[in-house]
Amino acid sequence: MSVTARDTAVANAGSVREWLRDVPAIPFLILGCIAFAAIFADFLAPYDPQFGSLTDRFKPPFWQHGGSLAHIFGTDHLGRDVYSRLIFGARVSMVVGFTAVIVSGVIGTVLGIVSGYLGGWVDQVIMRLTDTWLALPALTFAIFLAAIVGPSEMNIVIILAAVYWTRYARIVRGEVLSLKEREFVRLAVVAGCSKISIMRRHILPNVVNSSIVLATLMLGVVIVTEASLSFLGVGVPPPKPAWGVMLSDGKQGLMVGYWWLTVMPGVCIMLMVLSANLLGDWLRVKLDPQLRQL
Amino acid sequence: MLNSTRNSASSDVMPPLLELRNLSTHYVSASGSRVVRAVDDVSLTLHAGDTVGIVGESGSGKSSLALTLLRVLPPAGRIVSGQMLLDGDDLVPKPENEMRRIRGKKIGMILQDPMASLNPLFTIGDQVGEPLREHEGASRSSAWKRAIGLLKSVRIPSPETRVTQYPHEMSGGMRQRIVGAIGISCEPRLLIADEPTTSLDLTIQLQYLNLLRDLQKEHNLGLIFITHNLGIVAKMCNFLAVMYAGKMVESGPVSQVFNNPAHPYTEALLSSIPRMTENRRRLTAIEGQPPDMSNLPPGCAFAARCPRAFDRCRTEEPPVFTPAPGQTARCWLVAPESRATGAVS
Repeated sequence: MSVTARDTAVANAGSVREWLRDVPAIPFLILGCIAFAAIFADFLAPYDPQFGSLTDRFKPPFWQHGGSLAHIFGTDHLGRDVYSRLIFGARVSMVVGFTAVIVSGVIGTVLGIVSGYLGGWVDQVIMRLTDTWLALPALTFAIFLAAIVGPSEMNIVIILAAVYWTRYARIVRGEVLSLKEREFVRLAVVAGCSKISIMRRHILPNVVNSSIVLATLMLGVVIVTEASLSFLGVGVPPPKPAWGVMLSDGKQGLMVGYWWLTVMPGVCIMLMVLSANLLGDWLRVKLDPQLRQL
Repeated sequence: MLNSTRNSASSDVMPPLLELRNLSTHYVSASGSRVVRAVDDVSLTLHAGDTVGIVGESGSGKSSLALTLLRVLPPAGRIVSGQMLLDGDDLVPKPENEMRRIRGKKIGMILQDPMASLNPLFTIGDQVGEPLREHEGASRSSAWKRAIGLLKSVRIPSPETRVTQYPHEMSGGMRQRIVGAIGISCEPRLLIADEPTTSLDLTIQLQYLNLLRDLQKEHNLGLIFITHNLGIVAKMCNFLAVMYAGKMVESGPVSQVFNNPAHPYTEALLSSIPRMTENRRRLTAIEGQPPDMSNLPPGCAFAARCPRAFDRCRTEEPPVFTPAPGQTARCWLVAPESRATGAVS
């Protein structure tokens, strides 16, 4: 008994190592750095991200002529430190991105399971709603919602969740349709399990993998959408240092050579989205080979 | 004969465990234009401790009958008439939530495919204990403890370690025994086994059948055994019901039906079993195909394939006759008048 237990423990440790062996290291590292910056922003940022000194406006990054190590990525039109703003911007992207993905994932997965398992008119209602939802262009729809509820970080999360839950509902429903024909679900039915406990105990654990994969892939989409909304002025309200807001603030400077105001947040967005997507692709193959054509 | 006397003796004392009266289940297409009578006017009586074997070709309605008993028909299926009395209590008009408490609790079921019957993500202990938690509100730990006992009763070696394992760690025979353990976990009165051994190899089949029979004796279960293997019926059952095109064409005590089949279809089924002793006779197959269930011919559904069909068979549907005590058949050949005129030759 104890021998077998130890053997399994060893085998598990081996399989964990095996599992982690082909983790895409670079995306993982980038996301880790961004997460680290987001969590410890207060300690890492050398300056206050919302207030600058107007005497230090448009300072270039340190390697350019006129730049200094005091502001390694330069300053913007209000003399705020770009590096500090990027660090605090990571916090906004992370918080908004993750919460929106989780909220939309939970809503979409639950509705997908209910729709797929119960079928009938419930399925019809939820799926027609999803169809209608998907027919609306996501960004336009998000701007429309933002115009109604007004800009704030909380509202952005609600809007993004409201826009993107349909993707989960679609995919989860498809999975549930095939799952509910599986013999173990039938066995649960003939054993007298209620619909709720079948959905909770037999269906949910079997679709969670797909939801997680989809969530990882959606992380990139959600971050881009958040940045777009902020860029358009309907996202995170301006004094807050979101990457999209920084892009928007910096765009006038682009023509007169203040390139660092747009390139720095742009690169950050790109790196984060790229990492999220690469990680999602890897997870998809890892967790659910059948979903490769998702 | 012995069985039928025992049956009638016990039925005087108490109502039968299960009594089906003229039960009919139809599948109706969405437009309502096509109707398949999957179970048509079936009557059957089963006493506790008895085993009835339901035999028939694929599509003859035997699995539909099982689904009807538990009322877990697909959305298109309806029970259109008849009664299902479990301990004298009719299940047909029961509301869904009451029916749910009967499934698994009073009527257990074992499904065909053991490899797919278990959820790959849960341990054996969780799955065997699930009906206990669902029906008796047992806590996780007490359900787990009882699961160990159940695994022991289905002869799984070292059940204490097995409960912590996952289905992929078991062999097919073990999984089917575990499915059996789930079937009996709430000590049901009636167990329906829908071709439980088709996907097992022969030696495991025999073990499993012995196990089922021992469990039945131990718990005094009524057992409904759905199969297309008459050899299994001979081994397991004391009562046989033959289904064809949704109808129960013949039923009776196994020895009676095997020795004196009244319906030509039963006769044909019996002569299509390979026998080790008569190796010189050719194996006879039943000519033709089963009829289209949504478009049955008038008269007897078997008439087109029946070697002994006569005019009346093609025009008029045979009612239930009683060729011998305890035996029923839906065939004009055993009608009292055709016997008198000597139509049986």
